[in-house]
Amino acid sequence: MQASIQLPDDPKLRYLLRIGDTCLILGQRLGEWCGHAPIIEEDIALTNMALDLIGQARGVLTLAGDQCPQDYDEDQLAFLRDERDYLNPTLAELPRGDFAFTVLRNLMLSTWMKLLWDRLRDSSDTELAAIAAKALKEARYHQQHAADWLQRLGDGTEESRRRVEAALAQLWPYAAELFEPDAVDAAAVSARLGPPAESLREPWLAEMAAVFGEVRLALPADGRFRSTGRQGVHSEHMGYILAEMQHLQRSYPGGVW
Amino acid sequence: MAPLAGSTHRTQRAWSVLDQVCDPEVPVLSLRDLGIVRDVVDQGDAIEVVLTPTYSGCPATEVIERSVIDAIEAAGLGPARVRLQRAPAWTTDWISADGRRKLREYGIAPPGLVDKRAGVPIRLVDRRVEPVACPRCGSAHTERLSAFGSTACKALWRCLACREPFEHFKPI
Repeated sequence: MQASIQLPDDPKLRYLLRIGDTCLILGQRLGEWCGHAPIIEEDIALTNMALDLIGQARGVLTLAGDQCPQDYDEDQLAFLRDERDYLNPTLAELPRGDFAFTVLRNLMLSTWMKLLWDRLRDSSDTELAAIAAKALKEARYHQQHAADWLQRLGDGTEESRRRVEAALAQLWPYAAELFEPDAVDAAAVSARLGPPAESLREPWLAEMAAVFGEVRLALPADGRFRSTGRQGVHSEHMGYILAEMQHLQRSYPGGVW
Repeated sequence: MAPLAGSTHRTQRAWSVLDQVCDPEVPVLSLRDLGIVRDVVDQGDAIEVVLTPTYSGCPATEVIERSVIDAIEAAGLGPARVRLQRAPAWTTDWISADGRRKLREYGIAPPGLVDKRAGVPIRLVDRRVEPVACPRCGSAHTERLSAFGSTACKALWRCLACREPFEHFKPI
């Protein structure tokens, strides 16, 4: 059994892990649709997007590993951390739900990622900027895919509409976390590593409102709940997804394809 | 990208070798057709080939790295190594005219130029997808079935004239 790696306390590392882990965990969730999507085109689309996300995660986690004195590689960071050392927003880890839930979560996260990658192209870290320039193009396709489906489901049958509304009620409270400022965020801003988290809120809301407007969905009001995945404090679902992801590397250390 | 003026005989030969190395997923395209070879540098101890990855998660990247090294070493120009360079990001606009012709002949509709409006917010109402000509019969009477296909770089289309399904190398 492979023991967990220890991470240095470094704000840049934490900032990078927040981005890389969002890609990694959402990619894993989308990959769960392989063989289960409602039609084959969607099976292919969701797994294609998962592949893009895992590729983005590889780039960002490799860069994150370079920040550690132990020079961890992408696999060590992906598979050998304890739950509290994963820093994705809780939204990314929620179980995949039904197709409407997956579509809406993709819309929320790909819109956010698109806006973030766009700003990260100006990062003071040239490697992060290069990853962002590539990922931005991919995120646009992901967002367009989710927006197309949200429109179809929202304007579809009573059943599809009901499912979209249910997904919205479940997912919306997790959005607020994406825009919460904190010390890691402030350090990234002062190092010109990335934009202030809260600066993405208005453009994100505007794009969400544009999509929702097409299907007469109102933006829900903000509640007081704040999820805390970016602080490493996750939902009850995180342990299970990590167990599934980590099992092979923990049991067969260093195993490769 | 073409060999630069200061290139040596060894790098020029390496460039021609790269004309023969094919993309594993679209085997009619050479790496130079695909536009992913940024540079070939004679580092003295080795030939260094600089490649730009296509998609972040493209599983062909590692196969391509391996086949580049193998091909250059098989041509007696080795040892060789590959360096990946992410910036500037690869775009389908870098696929050569020859590459586009080969794609069409292979049955894959080549990408149009990247839409400069791609940076604007998502299109919902004005969502016209640029028509793509069927690579078999040439008709523009086609429809997109899915933006995602058998590999990250392709979308699924169908020709409404000859009824054949086909793939489209999507602009990115």
